[in-house]
Amino acid sequence: MAPKTRISRKFAELRARNESALIPFIVCGDPSLDDTAALVETFEAAGADLLELGVPFSDPMADGPANQRALARGLAAGVSLASIIGLVRELRRTTEIPLILFGYYNPFFHYGCERLCRDAASAGVDGLLVVDLPPEESAELARPARANNLDLIRLLAPTTPLERCREVARAASGFLYYVSVTGVTGARAELPADLETRLRELRSITSLPLGVGFGISTPQQASEVAVFADAVVVGSALSLVLEQHGHGVAAWSAAGELVGAMKRAMKTARAAAASVA
Amino acid sequence: MQSLPDSRGHFGAYGGRYVAETLMPALLELERAYRQARRDPGFRAELDYYSRQFVGRPTPLYFAANLTARLGGAKIYLKREDLCHTGAHKVNNTLGQALLAIRMNKRRITAETGAGQHGVATATMAARFGRECEVFMGALDVERQALNVFRMKLLGAKVSTVHSGSKSLKDALNEALRDWIATVGHTYYLIGTAAGPHPYPLIVRDFQSVIGREVRRQILKQEGRLPDLLIACVNGGSNAIGLFYPFIKEPAVRMLGVEAAGRGLNTPAHSATLNAGEVGVLHGNRTYLLQDELGQIRETHSIAPGLDYPGVGPEHSYLKDTGRAQYITATDEQALEALELLARVEGIIPALESAHAVAGATQVAPTMERSQIIIVNLSGRGDKDMETVARARDGVV
Repeated sequence: MAPKTRISRKFAELRARNESALIPFIVCGDPSLDDTAALVETFEAAGADLLELGVPFSDPMADGPANQRALARGLAAGVSLASIIGLVRELRRTTEIPLILFGYYNPFFHYGCERLCRDAASAGVDGLLVVDLPPEESAELARPARANNLDLIRLLAPTTPLERCREVARAASGFLYYVSVTGVTGARAELPADLETRLRELRSITSLPLGVGFGISTPQQASEVAVFADAVVVGSALSLVLEQHGHGVAAWSAAGELVGAMKRAMKTARAAAASVA
Repeated sequence: MQSLPDSRGHFGAYGGRYVAETLMPALLELERAYRQARRDPGFRAELDYYSRQFVGRPTPLYFAANLTARLGGAKIYLKREDLCHTGAHKVNNTLGQALLAIRMNKRRITAETGAGQHGVATATMAARFGRECEVFMGALDVERQALNVFRMKLLGAKVSTVHSGSKSLKDALNEALRDWIATVGHTYYLIGTAAGPHPYPLIVRDFQSVIGREVRRQILKQEGRLPDLLIACVNGGSNAIGLFYPFIKEPAVRMLGVEAAGRGLNTPAHSATLNAGEVGVLHGNRTYLLQDELGQIRETHSIAPGLDYPGVGPEHSYLKDTGRAQYITATDEQALEALELLARVEGIIPALESAHAVAGATQVAPTMERSQIIIVNLSGRGDKDMETVARARDGVV
């Protein structure tokens, strides 16, 4: 059995406190890596439990307009996997928050799967999530990830049949990321009505923590999902807040406030649900 | 020789299915539906009927006597895909996939398009078979190809302008995939070339293979033997694989793909993926790609709008590595000269894409014996390119 990762330790801790994890997504280099470092600190202070660090890619096929623009700003800043790994090494001097690299496969593949896993793990990265790498194609990344004790986070979608969910879950570690909507990333006015039912179904086939992302943008939505999910991911909403506030200090605190409000709402909803039960 | 792709869509190290999980079940469903359709005599009969009556197949295999005499080497035959309905080979694929979409009860058909040829061919089938149609097209292409935008609209399609990224074909493909991720229940995504996630490279190859099957029959009838060399332009590579595939197990038949060298391989302004690219993963498949040192996809250039994509179909990557096919290049200027030559000596104006194949023939035919036979895939007609050619030559239209 591989040693426990920061990710699984964090989920165990939160379970003991009856909390659902809040996982903000930050596009690296939007608009600079210094901003990214500041946001990591701000979001952790505001109550984030884990963080996803978005790796810019020229062709983000599963992202909506807000994240597309953020990723384009990251590209324009010239960030690379190497500079992102360097940032993580710096961050690890001051924080133990679990960090997940989130991106598309080509930059990972181009860096080299073995080398990437070695460099990322030694810098202090805890997990990888590759949007366009389904289990069928993932052996060349999964092997070195496992060898370096990195969690390879797997995605499940509303379109994934339960039998396939079972197969995906069998190869997964860390947590399972359930894509809440049939669509690309970006805020939605309403989340699907069957979300809770889907999550309950998934509980029956896996003991891994279940995170929910895509489309969650408000404290209200986060609190609703937190009642039945082990983690809530928020991405596009933060990219938008940063953009609307023109980045920099004011934008960091506005985004930090959203993160804080989400986490507080999630805690309250969990506590209320527990007292009813 | 093992039949490729394998069950998971791999051509050796290439191909596969690199997509968001949301699309995986749809691709598995498409593969099942296609394998059933392929075995169904009813489906094959329907495809055959529309190929003859609606598309105009078989297309002629024309002996280009004047071009042959001019080049003074091998005999050159032109496979006249330019005579297909809508003006190019694209329609072979859109017909087959549209029939598949109907079989799968999808009410909406979407497509990406660069120059607009695939968009027009898709809109044509959607009109014929009464399906809702939306075509995604980069903002730069919408501007450059206004006439094709109008044709698609006339055929009842909605044309959505894509403003993201480099605003060209690859971005149109991204947007078509994003749309499909959100509409996968009722939408059939009709990809235009032999690339993308499995099973698309297989499906497109099969529907385009009608080209090579006809050539085989025709050349045996006209010459009593198989050709020595097949030439086709390659970017995504659907017309090339359609010509090549039925000859793949004939070692005496050589295959030559011609990529677009644009303003030259020593400049960044080309789209010669196999000649100048590196292996990577984009749009659902592993293949050669034009990319930078960080794995970001590069912008491309070719005077031929249909050769302006930074990838290539995975089977071509495999054929290149195994040496079964060779891939050379032609520049914008060489393609223009080939277009002018064919117009003057044969009375045929090829599409700028197909002119790259003709340019390839002008390079190799003189080095071959007069007894040898070359087949050039004339994949499309040049009407759509007249403004571009006029501007390149005289600066005026």
